[in-house]
Parts: sequence; C-alpha cells; structure tokens
Amino acid sequence: MTLESFINEAISPWMLEDGPDKDIVMSSRVRLARNFADQLYPTSGNQEALEEVLQFIKKNYTQQEDTEQNSISFIPMNNLNMIEKLVLVEKHLISPHLIKHSDHAAVLLSENEQTSIMVNEEDHLRIQVYYPGLQLKKALEEAYYLDDWLEEKADYAFDETKGYLTSCPTNIGTGMRASIMMHLPALVLTKQINRLIPAINQLGLVVRGIYGEGSEARGNIFQISNQITLGKSEEDIIEDLESIVNQLVEHERMARVYIYEQSEISLEDRVFRSYGTLKNSRIIDSKEAAICISNLRLGIDLGIIENISENILNELMVLTQPGFLQHYANKALRSDERDIRRASIIRERLNLKK
Amino acid sequence: MECQECHERKATLHFKHIINGQETKISLCEVCAKKKGYLSYPEEGYSLNDLLSGLFQKDGLNLSSAGTTKSNQSQELKCPSCGRTFSEFKKAGKFGCANCYASFGSKVEPILRRVHAGNTKHTGRIPKRAGKYIQQKQLISSHKEELKQLIEEEEFEKAAVLRDKIRELEKENHQNKEAGDNT
Repeated sequence: MTLESFINEAISPWMLEDGPDKDIVMSSRVRLARNFADQLYPTSGNQEALEEVLQFIKKNYTQQEDTEQNSISFIPMNNLNMIEKLVLVEKHLISPHLIKHSDHAAVLLSENEQTSIMVNEEDHLRIQVYYPGLQLKKALEEAYYLDDWLEEKADYAFDETKGYLTSCPTNIGTGMRASIMMHLPALVLTKQINRLIPAINQLGLVVRGIYGEGSEARGNIFQISNQITLGKSEEDIIEDLESIVNQLVEHERMARVYIYEQSEISLEDRVFRSYGTLKNSRIIDSKEAAICISNLRLGIDLGIIENISENILNELMVLTQPGFLQHYANKALRSDERDIRRASIIRERLNLKK
Repeated sequence: MECQECHERKATLHFKHIINGQETKISLCEVCAKKKGYLSYPEEGYSLNDLLSGLFQKDGLNLSSAGTTKSNQSQELKCPSCGRTFSEFKKAGKFGCANCYASFGSKVEPILRRVHAGNTKHTGRIPKRAGKYIQQKQLISSHKEELKQLIEEEEFEKAAVLRDKIRELEKENHQNKEAGDNT
C-alpha cells in the first residue's frame, strides 16, 4: 500500500472539508442514544434480544442515504479483524465498548464516514454525526434526519416526562452528547487553560484531553461536551456549548497573538525544533510525536511554516495511533517496533509535500 | 519511608521484581508509581462508571441507616421484565430495559436529580412518528396558556377562535391516542 492511499484511508473524507474556525476547532460531533421499546437493552446481557435487534437492523436499514446522498452500509463487527476494529476506534467511528461486545454488534457507516450508527453498544442505537469545524447545528440536523429514519419502523423507548430512556442514567432525556474537538496550544503554553477548565466545568460542560490518558491532553487537543441531558432541549444545550467554544476560540486567538508578539524568536525556535524532530527522528513515542505535531500545526497556523497542509494535525494524530501503525505494517507490532514505525511514517508524510 | 523516586512524598506502594531469579525491591509514592507505569487503571470507564455507581451506593447506605426493613425491601426490588434488581442496577450503574425506570420508581428520581443538576423533566425532542400524540398534547396545553392570557386581556373574540381550535385538536388527538394504543 502506498502512503498516499493509506492516508486516504486514515482520513475520513469529511475531515478535509472546510468548516468555520477550522484552524482551532477540529470537529463537531453530535451523538444520540436510542433504544427500542420492546427489547431488553444490550446491558441486560440477553443474547437473544441482542441478536433480534441486530437482525432487525440488518433487514430494515441497509438501504439508505444521508441527506447528502452518501450511501450507508451495514458492517457486522464479526466481519472485521482486530486491527480493522482498532482502526475504526482510532477514527472515532466506533467505541472500544463495541469491540468488546462484538458478537451481536454492528455499525451502519456512511460512505464519507461522517455518520456512524453503532448497533448494540450500551444502547441499541448510538447515532453519531461529525462535521468539520464548528457546526453543531448542522450535525444535530443530520442526526435528527437519521433519528426519524430509524424510528419509522419501530417504537423507541420514550417516556413523556423522562424523555428517551437510555441504559445509563447519565444519558436519559435527550440522549444527546454534543462534543467539540479543539486544538488549544496557545492556551496551554500561556497556562490559561488551567484557569478556564474549572470555569467551564461549573457550567455543566466537561473538558477533557483526548488521545491521552485521564485528564492529560495529548497534543493540546481537548474535547468539550455537555454533561446534562435532562431538563434542557437539544437546541439549548448546543447553543450553550457553542457560546463557550466561541469564547475559547477567541481566547486561543488572543493567546496566539500574545505569544507571537512576546517572543517571536522563541516561538519560531519551538516550532522549528519540533519540525526538525519530526523530520529526522528514527524512534518516537506517541507522546513526543503528539507534542511535536501540535507545535508544527501551530507554526502552520501562524504562517511560520509554509508549504505543509494544515490537515497535518488531523492526519498524523490518526496515522500515528497503534492501530493504524499496525494496519500499515500489516502485522501486530510491539511498542518499541511501533515507535520506529511511527518515526518513519511521519518522515514519509512530511516528504510528501502537500 | 520516603519515596525512592522523588524523595519527597511518603512511599505507600512497594513493588518486588524477580527477573532471572534476581530480586529487586522498590518503594514509591502513588504519584511516582503512576508515572513509572507501576499502576495501571482499567482503560475504560473508570472515571464515570465508577463514580456513578459510587453515587448510587450512597443512596443504598442512606436507606439502610434509616432502618433495616427498608434496606431489605430495596434488595427485593426487581424489574419484572428484565429481572434486574435494584442492587444490580446500583452496582453496574445501568438499567437493563425500558421498564426499569418504572420498576424502580421513586428510587431513580434522586439519582437523576443528582446527575442532571436537579432536573427531572425532559423538555427536548419527541419521537416524530410515535410521539404525535404527545406533540399534539403539548401544543394543546400551550394553546390553553395562550387562551388564559387572552381572557385576562379581555380579547374575547380571539379567545373564542382559539377555544374552538383547542376543542378540535383535543377531539383529533383523542382519536390519535386510541389509534396509538391499538398499534
């Protein structure tokens, strides 16, 4: 496989499209949790019920297009090998939970990978829609469209006062989790993020790092999502989230200007050192890679580095994950072997001039 | 004993390695142990699930301290359609089916309040196809509010029009409900 075709596989087509504030907001996602009224939940562990739900979806929902005429296909988890599953997880199209319960699980995936519907995750259905940049409203509209389509042939578990009934009490009500993925290097560099996170948490929103463990934000990438699903409408939740994200975008922009003006040379030094590391290293672990990729992207955004695609952050963050490295190598790799592969794939990518 | 790594904090964890028959011992504080990779956490759901079931457990404790008879009852509480007991629910933090809410009744309310900042009532989307009856019902009640307002403002002509509209909607919705109940 050539690196070009491999990158095409790593990057979902929707990621390359333009979106508002795309230099800071990497993606918007809306997820709806839904269950059918007269089947036990996947959490009950009842194998018959799970199989019935799976067959029902397979029979009734394989022929469909989203609003932009992307066809949606049905992929049973058992048709995939372990590395293929891991790749879907690293692209955030399915959850680790779905892999662990593969036997009766499936995913309905759209051609451009913008929408994925997990079947028999913790709930019968988990509808996920991604948009590039800050476009939560659009993502919600698309999710509603799929929601209505799925509800046409079977009744949902819905209660007039409690809303959509989900297996976990934290999702009950709207069943909606809206989240934004943001690259905030300047807020981290100026340490403002430490002040902002607790403030955001107090507003019923959750901030956490992704690609890292626990609260650590690897590569300065943060995910911000709503915590509360009951008592507020979907539209209100999204509006609140968007207004916070807009403020963060503004703060990040100001911080970028600030660090640039404070010391252009030390910022350039940081960016070019990272560029040098990525271009020349022969062994690199995922943590160091994430830091360098983040610095490189900041350099591109600020015009310090030219002639490299701004999609580099999205691309390399996915490409350098364990599943992808093993997929590219076409075999299982130990962690020290992965560090070598990671260094070489990054070097190759940077030589691709685009 | 101080931590052999940072020499600042107290060592609370002691590890013994045996490699090729050679034994080495190391004593670390929790922070350094984590950093050095001696401690690992389950990759999935440690934070939320465990925190949640912790919250639910607390309810259980409150109940048992209020009286033993009550705690016995809570153990017997069981969802008839999926068989999940309330204590199983508390442990896993998950319901087993759509009827669990009704089965566990008032015990679920405080949990929802705690998780959702005091809210207990859904105000968002309603299923498009099956929810017509509910949608209409909500429309009727918002019309009724308007009607009250109109009467207070002595806009009787407008009020009369709205009243007729409400009657019509109510009649229509009654049929909707019956149709809905039959499916």
